[in-house]
Amino acid sequence: MTRPLVMGLWVSFLILPFKGVEAAVVCWVIVAGLLSAWTFLSPYQKRLGAIRQTWEVLSQKTLRSARKQTSLIRGICILCILALPHVVPDYYLDVAILVGIYVILALGLNVVVGFTGLLNLGFVAFYAIGAYAYALLNTRCGLDFWAALPFAVGLSAAAGLLLSIPALRLRGDYLAIVTLGFGEITRLILNNWDSFTMGPNGISGIAAPRIFSLSIGGLSHFYYLVLLFAFATFFVTRRVHASKIGRAWVAIREDEIASSIMGINTTRYKLYALAFGAFWAGLAGAIFAAKMRFVSPESFTFMESVLILCMVILGGLGSLWGVILGVCILVLLPEMLREIQIYRMLALGAGLVLLMIFRPQGLIGGRGASLRN
Amino acid sequence: MYFGGVKAVEALDLMVRNGMVMSIIGPNGAGKTSVFNCLTGLTRPTKGRIRFSEQDITSLAAHEIANRGISRTFQNIRLFRETSVLENVMVAQHAKIRSGLAGAIIRGKSFRDEERGVREKAFEYLGFVGLTDYAQGMAGSLPYGAQRRLEIARALATDPLLILLDEPTAGMNPQETGEVMQLISRLKELGKTILLIEHDMKVVMEISDWIAVLNHGVKIAEGRPADIRGNALVIEAYLGKEQ
Repeated sequence: MTRPLVMGLWVSFLILPFKGVEAAVVCWVIVAGLLSAWTFLSPYQKRLGAIRQTWEVLSQKTLRSARKQTSLIRGICILCILALPHVVPDYYLDVAILVGIYVILALGLNVVVGFTGLLNLGFVAFYAIGAYAYALLNTRCGLDFWAALPFAVGLSAAAGLLLSIPALRLRGDYLAIVTLGFGEITRLILNNWDSFTMGPNGISGIAAPRIFSLSIGGLSHFYYLVLLFAFATFFVTRRVHASKIGRAWVAIREDEIASSIMGINTTRYKLYALAFGAFWAGLAGAIFAAKMRFVSPESFTFMESVLILCMVILGGLGSLWGVILGVCILVLLPEMLREIQIYRMLALGAGLVLLMIFRPQGLIGGRGASLRN
Repeated sequence: MYFGGVKAVEALDLMVRNGMVMSIIGPNGAGKTSVFNCLTGLTRPTKGRIRFSEQDITSLAAHEIANRGISRTFQNIRLFRETSVLENVMVAQHAKIRSGLAGAIIRGKSFRDEERGVREKAFEYLGFVGLTDYAQGMAGSLPYGAQRRLEIARALATDPLLILLDEPTAGMNPQETGEVMQLISRLKELGKTILLIEHDMKVVMEISDWIAVLNHGVKIAEGRPADIRGNALVIEAYLGKEQ
């Protein structure tokens, strides 16, 4: 019976520095009360189980009848997404563009972490390389977005290959440390090479993309551009996942030795995964630079890597829809919780901890992949 | 083959003839699995050569050896646990698939035909070991005996000439053991050569054409089952010397 009281105490401790004694006591009462009620109710849980079962049967029935309507619902969803810029104010459009950029990033990282099982803590480096590649090519050489894009993604993918030379000799934690180092090195170079990258001041005056004579400066234009690229990322990763390449990646994640016995060149496919993931990060970077019209090393810190990793893990490692859900939650939630500023990181952290305890495979568990092994 | 200062296998001279079922037996720690690891390229022999189909494969990587036609199962089952049973067998056909990245993205006719072929083949192999009903299930949640059979199906799906089976009946009841024995003789009928590590003497004596006995990394005897049964050295290795 003491368990609810202790857990309530924990919560009030967390609250104490932010809201003072009064709120802490209130919190303690609420949490302890709810938890004791739950323990008290546990004898009745069998009945609750029955209720849940009926609920599941019912929802399955509705699902079955809904399947006929899926195409209709899908159509409505697509229409909503397409119509968004004409309905919502600019602020939400801005957030939506951010979601799109993160979707590209997270889907890219998902290839590395979710499919192949290589823990990459420096993913933001490739994002930075893509962004700086476009920024520099545009401001120094005058290349426009479409001409610079192949260089940006190519450079990122090449950086992925470069990283894989030392990284592929390592596994698990050691790989994570090397990728972490790579991310930091990239950021420090950008920060300190004043003559080339303008250092911490960043690069401003980056041109917006143009299609023929139409400049994509407006938010709604940009929204469609990001939507297109995010869709392309989703489409391509899904197809590659359902091919021999994707199967090889998953096999490596599951058991590297067994995969090599199945005739898979494990080194080569890990290399593919890193370069493939970096490719999308480079794309996201170039889009980010074009959207912000400004890049600085500040946007590419370690926390950014962690955030992208959280998106992938939250939604469900290896599941594409899960990753998108994770992105939506981690971009939208902090925006919605802006009013309670100091709490949002706390709530987010607590949420992630709880998620890892109760659903280690993420919200939409992709084929049970988790980072536990 | 040495591990640090420890001799695992020394001066082993083994010859496996095409189409035969050959067993390697010996007490625990005799070096049987080390032999398998050398043959499949997971560890490199310190000295000596491995030849397969007239070619030297000693220094090849594991996946290259696999593509020359050697496949294996593992003593401690190594399935791709969190993927479907079907996918386990599809992965094993990796080397036979020609279309690459571009094919996968465009998903043209040749790609789709190839994928369908891989799928059908996979069902064939699953049928061979009697796991068709489990195809969509998760490999890791199969019952133990079925996991061992899935490993055999997966090894077979690489289309090997030589299959190495590392204790395929370990931990099985007599009925399951019987099923595996049947499976091995059907593999032989398919024209596969089989190298077997096994502790169950009944299995070994019944299905082997040839037996090699290892002890402390040294081959102490070799011959037909009937010869091995009465060999004094073998009996000594297993039971100890008579006082």
